This record gives sequence, C-alpha cells and structure tokens, in this order.
Amino acid sequence: MVGFAGWSMPVQYSSIVEEHQATRKAVGLFDISHMGRLLIDGSDAATFLDSLLTRSVADMSPHQIRYSLVCNEQGGILDDILAYRVVLEEGGQPGLGLVVNAGNREKIVAWLESRINGRDVEIRDVTTVYSMIALQGPKAIELLDPLTPFELTSMRYYTGQIMQLLDVECFVSRTGYTGEDGCEIICDADKIVGIWEQLYELAKKAGGSAVGLAARDTLRLEAGMPLYGHELSESINPVEAGLDFAINLQNREFVGKEALVEYRKQSHQQVRIGLQLEGRRVAREGCKLLHGNDEIGVVTSGTFSPSFERPIAMGYVKDTSSAPGTPLTVDIRGKEHPAMVVPLPFYERGK
Amino acid sequence: MKLEDLQYAKTHEWVSVAEEDGAKVATLGLSAFAIEALTDLVYIELPTMGKQVEAEQPFCEVESVKAVSDIYSPVNGEVIAVNDALPDALETLGDDPYGAGWIAKIKISDEASLSKLMDHAAYEKQCGEESH
Repeated sequence: MVGFAGWSMPVQYSSIVEEHQATRKAVGLFDISHMGRLLIDGSDAATFLDSLLTRSVADMSPHQIRYSLVCNEQGGILDDILAYRVVLEEGGQPGLGLVVNAGNREKIVAWLESRINGRDVEIRDVTTVYSMIALQGPKAIELLDPLTPFELTSMRYYTGQIMQLLDVECFVSRTGYTGEDGCEIICDADKIVGIWEQLYELAKKAGGSAVGLAARDTLRLEAGMPLYGHELSESINPVEAGLDFAINLQNREFVGKEALVEYRKQSHQQVRIGLQLEGRRVAREGCKLLHGNDEIGVVTSGTFSPSFERPIAMGYVKDTSSAPGTPLTVDIRGKEHPAMVVPLPFYERGK
Repeated sequence: MKLEDLQYAKTHEWVSVAEEDGAKVATLGLSAFAIEALTDLVYIELPTMGKQVEAEQPFCEVESVKAVSDIYSPVNGEVIAVNDALPDALETLGDDPYGAGWIAKIKISDEASLSKLMDHAAYEKQCGEESH
C-alpha cells in the first residue's frame, strides 16, 4: 500500500504484468474511490461549467459524459476531468457532475468556488459520500449486464445512467482509463464494499483480477492516455498535449480560450509523443531525449509494456523532432539508448 | 548452496566465499526474499568485468516494470565473473536464486569488508521485521 494524494492505495495485488494481462484478456477490477467527485447545482450550473471547461457543457445530451480540461487564463491545464450530465428524473433538470483527479480536487474546488461570481451555483464535494470502482476488459460488460435490469450491452460509450446494480442504486457509465471496454460505477460509500466483494469473485471466475496503481499506469500508458502531473500540468497547454478533441472554440467563451486560440496559430514549442525503445531498459519520467546531439525534450512517463514486451514511453519534444519514425536517443541513468517516435496510442482494442 | 552457510547483506544480497587460485572469491546473488518482493523483473544490468567495487556501494542494477533497484556489492574487490546467462533468462533469479541465479563473482581485496555481513539467522530476523 502507498500513500497517493492522501489515500492509502495498493500498488499491486499480485504481479503487475498479471493484473495488466488480466484486464486486457478478461477483466480488471479497480478501486478508484480516490478520484474527486463534485456535484454542481443551481440554475446557472451549466453555463457556469461552460465558462470554465474547454468543451461545451450546455449542449451535452442527457446521459452524456465528456472528457474535458480545466485551464487557467494562460491556457495551462489545471486538471483533466470528466463532465457528466446525469438524468435524475425524466424531463427534469439534469444533474451536472465532475470527476476530477484526486491530487487536484482541492485546487479545482477552490478554482470553481472563486469563479462563481454571484451566479446561482453551488459546488458540492461528495467525494467521501460516494465511492467509485471500475470494471474494465473484454468481459466487463458481459459480467455486469446480468447484475442490473438495465440493458448494459446497449449503453453507448461515454454515457452513464442511474440504475440498480446488485440491488444497489448506482451510477454506471461506459467510461474508463485503460483502453478497454467497461464501466465505472459510483454508489454510496457504505454500499461499495458489498459490490466490490461480489464483483471481485465474479472477476476471478472470469479469469480476471483486482488491479492496483502500477498496472493502472501500464494500461493507461499503453492506451496513450495522459496522466496529470506527467503529461499534463499548469505549464502545458491542451494543444501541445495533443488534446485537440477536447477543445471546442466555436461560439463559446471559457477561461483560457484566447490563449488556446493563439497556441493553435503558433508552431508548437513542444509536442507530446509516443516512444518505443529497443532492448529492455525502461525510460522513465525525467529522462532526457536527444535528437542527434541536441537535447530536444524529456520523458514524462515510461514503463515496460506487458502487451508489447518492450519499453514504451510518452514525453514532450520540439515539434521538429516529433514526426513518427524519428530516431531519438534517451539518456537512462547516464547511458544513451536508441528510441523511435511512434504514433499514439500504442494499444487500441480490437487491433 | 546451503542457506545457513551463506552470509547476507542488509540490502538482501547473499554471499558465498570460497578459495579460488589462492584468492578469496565471493559469489553473490539476491535472496529469495528480495526476488519475491521485486516482482515483474524485466532486465538485469550485470557489472562489467574487472570493475573495482566497494562494499555497500551499488555496482549493478535490476529493473522491474515499476522501477530500477540497485544491487549493492557486499565486499571490496574486483569483478572477475558475471552470469551472462541471466539477462536472457531472468526467471532463473526466482527459480534458483542461490544456485543458477548467481549474479557475479568478486575477488575480495579486503577481507575486513566481510565483517559487515550477517549470518542466516540474523538475516531471517531482518526479513521478518521488514515484512511488518
């Protein structure tokens, strides 16, 4: 167990590679209760969020969930989040919620509070009221479907609904951080242990496993997903992070918009890339990247990929060194190792 | 290798000392306790032949999915042999940590450095404490 953003969390339950493979081949069960869960109430909630997120909230359909970024005035990333439009009752006001990174929860709550400016908005931090787990992998949906009257197989990706799951009222969404199909489940904190224990047994029977932080990292890295504090930070903007899909500029205003409009026009100072290495030495966060003799960037995350059985990494380099196929070298503990820029993601399910 | 006959460093290397060609030579590896704690090994960087090493100083490293771990020389001396078969067969470390999983042999230059090592009983005790 390690301390992570104020929570005690397992690094691994057994072997990192086993947990990773279990998720890719069967199903992985993750405790993600550390994530911050916020409800945004009030008649101005939608326009309020719209003014602070890089993607529109006001035009979200019922049940829809959107990956988005919270930026500061300079276009630097304060957090990457999921915004939820929850149907509480048919035809009624939507419930709007955010799931934010554990390490940024306090910062984001303070940021949101500071931006209310007299509007009818209330931020409720319900992180400890609810707990959250994820079930991810090719067998996840078929494992969960019989446990709820809702037809999970027909749930569209990046939507979610309140439903009964194992006779407990849960919010279930078809979202995740592994590159696999599957769900994330939110319910009352005092009900989660019962749900976890039942899903744990079912997962084991299906050839799956509980999964800790280490394999969570190898899974998301293979899927090319950024991690705040590594690929994302306040000194990185969404354009250089390669998150254009999470930016809507048309006909809306939000904090950081002007900065992003400018960044889009410039040739980028730095660009996020994927790297694959020869051999078995792992390039890790902080390793320098060189193109010829020039230092042109740095690794932000690296691991040994269980799926591809080679070291992979993500980092930032000058855009002149960022084309896929570019040969670079990585300085790993004083020795230079060859690496090659490759497109992201490394792993796509079904391919 | 009888575990009781080996000596151990607090950093979990095991050591077997023998006479070879009139010199004292230490063969070393990582204990089963250390290997089990490491999990998911992907690489071992063996020390270079002829390298001068100092007791309690890192002299090579082993890498897992999660992190790099230093391996510390248990004695002062010179590396005279390395287990070249290991990097392509890392599972040997776990399968036979005290036999085929040996990592290197060091010609001891200063026998006094052996005095810092502990016997099997003391090492077992340390492992017991670390598990809590």
